[in-house]
Amino acid sequence: MTDERDLELLRILEENSRLSTEEIATMTSLDAAEVARRIGALEAAQIIMRYSTVVNWEKAGNGEVSAIIELKVSPERDFGYDRIAERLSRFRQVRSLRLITGTYDLQLIVAGKNMQEVSRFVSEHVAPMDRIRETATHIIMKSYKENGNTFFEQPETERLPISP
Amino acid sequence: MRNFVSARAREIPPSGIRKFFDLVLTMDDVISLGVGEPDFRTPWNICESGIYSVEQGVTSYTSNRGLQTLRDALSRYIAQRYDLHYDSNNEMIITTGVSEALDIAVRAVVDPGDEVLIAQPSYVSYGPCVTLAGGTPVPVRCTEKDRFRLNPDHLAEQVTPKTKALIINFPNNPTGGIMSESDLKAIADIVIDHDLVLISDEVYAELTYEARHCSAATVGDLWERTITLNGFSKAYAMTGWRIGYLCAPQDLCDAALKIHQYVMLCAPVMGQVGALEAIRSAEEEKNSMVNEYRLRRNMFVAGLNRIGLPCHVPEGAFYAFPSVEKTGLSDIEFAERLLKEQRVAVVPGSVFGAGGEGHVRCAYAVSRKELTASLERMEAFLQKI
Repeated sequence: MTDERDLELLRILEENSRLSTEEIATMTSLDAAEVARRIGALEAAQIIMRYSTVVNWEKAGNGEVSAIIELKVSPERDFGYDRIAERLSRFRQVRSLRLITGTYDLQLIVAGKNMQEVSRFVSEHVAPMDRIRETATHIIMKSYKENGNTFFEQPETERLPISP
Repeated sequence: MRNFVSARAREIPPSGIRKFFDLVLTMDDVISLGVGEPDFRTPWNICESGIYSVEQGVTSYTSNRGLQTLRDALSRYIAQRYDLHYDSNNEMIITTGVSEALDIAVRAVVDPGDEVLIAQPSYVSYGPCVTLAGGTPVPVRCTEKDRFRLNPDHLAEQVTPKTKALIINFPNNPTGGIMSESDLKAIADIVIDHDLVLISDEVYAELTYEARHCSAATVGDLWERTITLNGFSKAYAMTGWRIGYLCAPQDLCDAALKIHQYVMLCAPVMGQVGALEAIRSAEEEKNSMVNEYRLRRNMFVAGLNRIGLPCHVPEGAFYAFPSVEKTGLSDIEFAERLLKEQRVAVVPGSVFGAGGEGHVRCAYAVSRKELTASLERMEAFLQKI
C-alpha cells in the first residue's frame, strides 16, 4: 500500500525522474536511505513502471508519423475486451491503448516511420483481426501537448529583479 | 522657488532596496533571490476568465466595495477555510492589492500623534503608511530566538498611552515566521487590555507548510477590533492583477470605504473577475504551487544550513531569512559583495526594520535549478571571505 509520502515521491519523480536520491531527500525532509527504500518498493510493485523521457519528436525531426486508431470490437464472452486488447498491445507500433466509452470501443495511438508503415500496420494487422468490426484512422498532424507537457515555447516572464 | 515637496513626503525614506535594484539591472547572469512574488504564471483558467470578460465588454467601474459575486464567494471561502466570518455586504471591501488595503486601513484608524506598533522585521510599507497618515510608527522587534514570532513581552514594553494600533503580518515577509493560535492569544490579551486596534496583513495565509494558518480575528475577542487584510497575489500567482481585500466590523469598514471611494473608486474589474475564478476553481493549481514551495524550502534551507548560513525553518510565505553574522559582514555588506562577486541577489534584512539586521532575505520563489546554483555560488562566496 502506498502512503502520502509515496505519493509525494511519485509526483516528484513523474515531474523529473533524474533527481538523485539525495536531492529528493532534502526536498522531502526524508533521509536518503528512506527515499531509496521507498522508491525501490514502488519499483518492485510496478507502480513505478520505468523512467522515460518526454521527447518532442517533431522538433527532433525524426519524421515519425502517429495516428489515433479507433476500433469497434465485439467483446468475447468471459473476457470482454481484455484478450483482444492484450493482443493489440503486443505490437511495437502501438504506443497507447485504451478502452473508451462512446461510438468506438478501443482507442490506439500508433506510431510508424512514415504514413505507409502506419497504414500497412492498420490494414494488415489491426483491421483483419477477429472481432474487430470497424476502424477509423486519424493521422496526427501536430502535437501541442503530451502528458501534461506543452510543446509551445513560452517566453520568460519578466519579473522585477528585486521587489519588496 | 519654495520647496514644494511636503514635509511628510520628505519624511518617508526611499525604499532601501532601490540601490540593489539599480545595481542588478547593470549586471548579467544574476540569480535573483530578491523577488517577493511567485515565479509561476497565473493559472490559465484565471487568465482566460479575465480575457473573456474583457472580450465581453466587462470594462467599467464596479461598485466601490467590489463585485457582489466576488464578495459573496470570498465571504463563503474565508468562513470555510479560516473560520473567519464577515458579511459580504457591510464588512468587506475589494481593494487594489493589499497595499491599498493597508493604506486605507491605517488611514481609517490613525490620527496625528497616534503611535502605531509594527511587528518587525516587516514588509517595507507599513512604517511609511503610518507616517503618511500622520502617525508615528513604533517598531516591535521579533527575534530569531522566538522563531520570529511576536513576543508578548516585547510588545507590552512598547505600548504607551498614545498607542492606537498594532500591525502584524504572519506568515511573515521577510522571515517566514508564523503565529499559532496560542501565540496570538498572548498578543490578544495585550491588544485588548490597552484597547488597541489590530491590523493583520495575512496575504501569505495560504502559504503555510506545516500548520494551517490561524487568522488573528478568530482568536479570543479580537474580531471586533481587527482589520483583516488579504489578497490573491501570493497564493494564486496574481501579483500584477492587483486584487486584495479588507475585512472589518462595519464601523471600521465604513470608514475605510470612504477613503477607498475617494482615492481608488474601485479595484480593476478584470482583476476582480480573475479573482472570482481563482476562488471558484483554482484550488488545485494553488495547492500544487504551495507544494512546490514546500519542496524548495526544504531543499534550500537545508542547503543554507549546510554551507554555513544558519537559518530557522520558515513555516510560511516563501522566504528564507538566514543569519550572516558569522561571516563578520553586515547584512548590507554581505548582500552587496555577494551580488558583485557571485551575482546572487538577496535583500539585506535591515531594509525590513528592527530585528532584520544581520540577516538576508532569500525568496525561494525561483526554480529548483536556480536555487541549487545560488547555493553553489553562495558557498563559493563564503569560502573566499
